[in-house]
Amino acid sequence: MSASAEWPLWEVFIRSRQGLSHRHVGSLHAPDAEMALSHARDVYTRRQEGTSIWVVPAAAIAASSPDEKDILFDPSDDKVYRHPTFYDLPDEVRNM
Amino acid sequence: MTPEEHFEDYVARDLKIEAKDWMPERYRRTLIRQISQHAHSEIVGMLPEANWISRAPSLKRKAILLAKVQDEAGHGLYLYSAAETLGVSRDTLLEELHSGKAKYSSIFNYPTLTWADVGAIGWLVDGAAIMNQVPLCKCSYGPYARAMTRVCKEESFHQRQGFQIMLTLAQGTAAQKDMAQDALNRWWWPSLMMFGPTDAESPNSAESMRWRIKRFSNDELRQRFVDMTVPQAELIGLTLPDADLKWNASTGHYDFGAIDWAEFQQVISGHGPCNRERLETRKQAHAEGAWVRDAARAHAEKRRAAAARSAA
Repeated sequence: MSASAEWPLWEVFIRSRQGLSHRHVGSLHAPDAEMALSHARDVYTRRQEGTSIWVVPAAAIAASSPDEKDILFDPSDDKVYRHPTFYDLPDEVRNM
Repeated sequence: MTPEEHFEDYVARDLKIEAKDWMPERYRRTLIRQISQHAHSEIVGMLPEANWISRAPSLKRKAILLAKVQDEAGHGLYLYSAAETLGVSRDTLLEELHSGKAKYSSIFNYPTLTWADVGAIGWLVDGAAIMNQVPLCKCSYGPYARAMTRVCKEESFHQRQGFQIMLTLAQGTAAQKDMAQDALNRWWWPSLMMFGPTDAESPNSAESMRWRIKRFSNDELRQRFVDMTVPQAELIGLTLPDADLKWNASTGHYDFGAIDWAEFQQVISGHGPCNRERLETRKQAHAEGAWVRDAARAHAEKRRAAAARSAA
């Protein structure tokens, strides 16, 4: 059998402790999900970094393109009224 | 803003460039070369120390050394992954290492003759590596910077365990102290060479500095390393093998003797004491692991096919 084809790439996400969300920590190659999990455990959680691991085939991630950054994110620049600090209230108002 | 302006603007403002952002071709190539050399150094660096795993003087030292060598494999992985985000495949990178096209740190072409060498490597080689690597945590390329942050976090245990081995030997019998001194004598100069050629001889440095890949010059980092290490050697009663080493009150730094750059060139061009052996060992390990990689892939394919059949 040829060894030319690389094992697919997986992105690794770790929940560092209960109550926090999983966070991207890096990537690795593995032939299947089971081995990806096992490798992720070996390389990304050697020092109590995790309580849970997700591995996702890198090819399965759909990502926005940097070219679309302006189109996607600029519109929120002129909507300051979405932030609470936009609203001037009298000093007498409490607990708001 | 054009992509090029965006790049220059981000770099100038110390913001990160991410994998899919536009970047100059030279920036990409420089990073691939640097990150892959760095990755290669991590995994070739496993070899001199692995020689001592089976001969470590106690179970505790064996467990520590095993953990350290395992860390180096992990560091190699973080760095290969960072290089791959630039569009180069892992197989290509390994091929370049195995064919001798890519370089790795020349320090790993020196032999580990005694147990004290394991101490000297942790203290000096990992110490010099940390000096080089901490600024890379702020490198302009996001995936490299993040990989380096992980590496640096793990690396400090390496240096401390090495220093502690040297400390223990230096406090031991005369023979043990001699062994520590001998290791220091052999590893000191190669460690200073790890910072690379002098600034005057380092033509690509200016560009790397402008791109915020590099933040301090080779000579600056080398000087810092000397200043940091001299008092540590004094503390454990070992002597750095440099007759010209002395404190310079006017500069506030230690002056040190001339580095033998001819030796550096010789080792880097493939004629160090262990170049051939390291590369052969690496290639052999890769070749002997081929059946594992193939079997794992075949197993995964078989299970995928079985799952597809049962779903049908």
